[in-house]
Amino acid sequence: MKIKKILPQILTLVFIVLIFGFFTMNAQENMETRGLDFGFGFLKESASFDIQFSLIDYDGSHSYARAYLVGLLNTLLVAIIGIILATLLGAVVGVARLSPNYLIRKTASFYIEFFRNIPLLLQIFFWYFAALRALPMPEDASLLFGSSFMTIKGFYTAAPIWTNGLVFFAFFILAIILIIFFNIYAKRKQEKEGKQFPKFYISISLLITIPLLSFLIAGVDLSWSYPEIRQMSQSSYTFDGGFKIPPELIALTLALTLYTATFIAENVRAGIQGIGKGQKEAAASIGLSPNQVLKLVVMPQALRIIIPPTTNQYLNLTKNSSLAAAIAYPDLVLVFAGTAMMQTGKAIEIVGITMATYLTISLAISLLMNWYNKRIAIQEK
Amino acid sequence: MFKYVKQLTSLVAMVAVLFAFTTETMAAKKSKTLKNTQKKGFVRCGVSQGLPGFSNADAAGNWTGVDVDVCRAVAAAVLGDANKVKFTPLSAKERFTALTSGEIDILSRNTTWTLTRDADLGVTFVGVNFYDGQGFMVRKDSGITSTSQFKNGISACTNIGTTTELNMRDFFNSKGISYEPVAFEKADEVVAAYDSGRCDTYTTDKSGLAAQRTKMSNPDDHIVLPETISKEPLGPVVRQGDAVWEDIVRWSLNVMIEAEEYGITSGNADMMKTSENPQIKRLVGSEGELGGKLGLDNDWSLRIIKQVGNYGESYKRNIADTGILPDRGPNQLWTKGGILYVPPAR
Repeated sequence: MKIKKILPQILTLVFIVLIFGFFTMNAQENMETRGLDFGFGFLKESASFDIQFSLIDYDGSHSYARAYLVGLLNTLLVAIIGIILATLLGAVVGVARLSPNYLIRKTASFYIEFFRNIPLLLQIFFWYFAALRALPMPEDASLLFGSSFMTIKGFYTAAPIWTNGLVFFAFFILAIILIIFFNIYAKRKQEKEGKQFPKFYISISLLITIPLLSFLIAGVDLSWSYPEIRQMSQSSYTFDGGFKIPPELIALTLALTLYTATFIAENVRAGIQGIGKGQKEAAASIGLSPNQVLKLVVMPQALRIIIPPTTNQYLNLTKNSSLAAAIAYPDLVLVFAGTAMMQTGKAIEIVGITMATYLTISLAISLLMNWYNKRIAIQEK
Repeated sequence: MFKYVKQLTSLVAMVAVLFAFTTETMAAKKSKTLKNTQKKGFVRCGVSQGLPGFSNADAAGNWTGVDVDVCRAVAAAVLGDANKVKFTPLSAKERFTALTSGEIDILSRNTTWTLTRDADLGVTFVGVNFYDGQGFMVRKDSGITSTSQFKNGISACTNIGTTTELNMRDFFNSKGISYEPVAFEKADEVVAAYDSGRCDTYTTDKSGLAAQRTKMSNPDDHIVLPETISKEPLGPVVRQGDAVWEDIVRWSLNVMIEAEEYGITSGNADMMKTSENPQIKRLVGSEGELGGKLGLDNDWSLRIIKQVGNYGESYKRNIADTGILPDRGPNQLWTKGGILYVPPAR
């Protein structure tokens, strides 16, 4: 009886070890015959190639390890921006899809059907090559919002120049801590005495006034550096100063957001529709306003339906961001699994590191979302 | 006594014959790649994803170009038919992995020979079939006629995974110019981005610039600047560890170049068999045993010349007549002022 239980397990284990061993041996043998050696020493060598767009200080004299970090941060940047925007857009479209207004409802479903049924790579090419091509050259760009230019070479806008920026940041953190404490206090007060605070307005005013205070009492100052056009040759111009967002990032973010938001919208719609009509009617009958019904009764229950499939979409978005390589956005795949792999020839090591990195990012997102899901799950009392 | 001598000589003769037999097939026996190629019936050749003049497929899927001709020469030598080649289009990033993993047997894809690649990647460069150098293309209306007019903030489109990326950094750093590298995986996207105005300049090997210019929406709006910022000797590459195959590819290329030197063309190769010049006779296989040394028959070089042509014919057909680079520049024979100089096939 016991053997019957254990034997299949052992056989599976042996099988896995054998397969894994075979591949390792095979790789080792083949690398040996080709005169390749395995090792991670190359990470310390200087990369000697430049990267277009980096969140940290980098140039070709830095190491391959640093180039890896640049790629990783660029991947995380586009993933985080994409996730935030796709969630916002998805929530709005999902609700719009249930709107009693015919036009809004049909527009939302047209958007969903259109964008989710076109391959993502095609959409990325569209935004980069077709949509961006229609943008003006720097010299023809018109001023937006008093300080920005949208051109084929990127989006140029004013850059903040901080004096004592760290102090400002500290005040900002302080404001957030205060808001958290205030909310805990207000909740207790309400539970004990039934007294209600206008929590939202107080939180917002704290968030604005405390950082502003730092300008008055802590010597924080802010000035702006504006992009200025400069002629490079008879026909080409560029901007100096200010802050530049490369068109590759814009196109990629746009494509990832518009594509993933369609799936999130469907999740939101499903979540809301999954709540029984009786719940809403019961809530209304005890005198809650439509806003309160949505906030206190429908959404807490709908979130439980929405979050698990939406986690999947977050993972998809992050992994899909590797399509960046097609349009020269220097993400992990382009910089590390592309240029670095080519220059060093360390294919097995680099692909291994890249796979492990994506796995780690995905697992981290999963863990975070599972934790959140557990937090909002029904707690049996 | 005499009896023994007779026996001894016959023994020696037998050993000699045996030895001759073994040396003849030794080459073929030693080369796994050669054996596999003969078994499969086609040469597996890695080429570019479309670079006019070097390796480019027409609408019907027929590949042409000087890089393609190297593979065709090997097919003619090994299999007797220059058309028995299976071409695999590869991006710059994929090329070496495809070769070392055994997906292809020759990489003939405008690939620059450098020490790092030769030593680190598990591959061997067999020769140079095109002497090139990195250059810059700009829009004509920019008024730029020399790289000395480049200014800070210039954006440069290029390919990833190439020596171009490294040379570009060296060049701009030595000039003290800040630049924005915009690197794509595929050449077509580089061209599209540059053509749309995303970049001020497009940089790659000059032959590549000349070839890609023909793909632009309006080729006459662009010029290639005169400066060359690097040495780019392009040539076929094979996997490390198969010396016989390496020799076959090397000498297939060398035969094409040497045939031009001796005036042997696809048209007159058969007549050259009765030439008075022993080197010409060796090249067309009517003298010497060159083929056997490579594990091939003695007509191998004649087939290369007859089916593919000499280097000059290949250049004229693919690069000059297509208007890409009418002037042969350094890719002229050493006897005519160029630097094409190959070891003698003898």
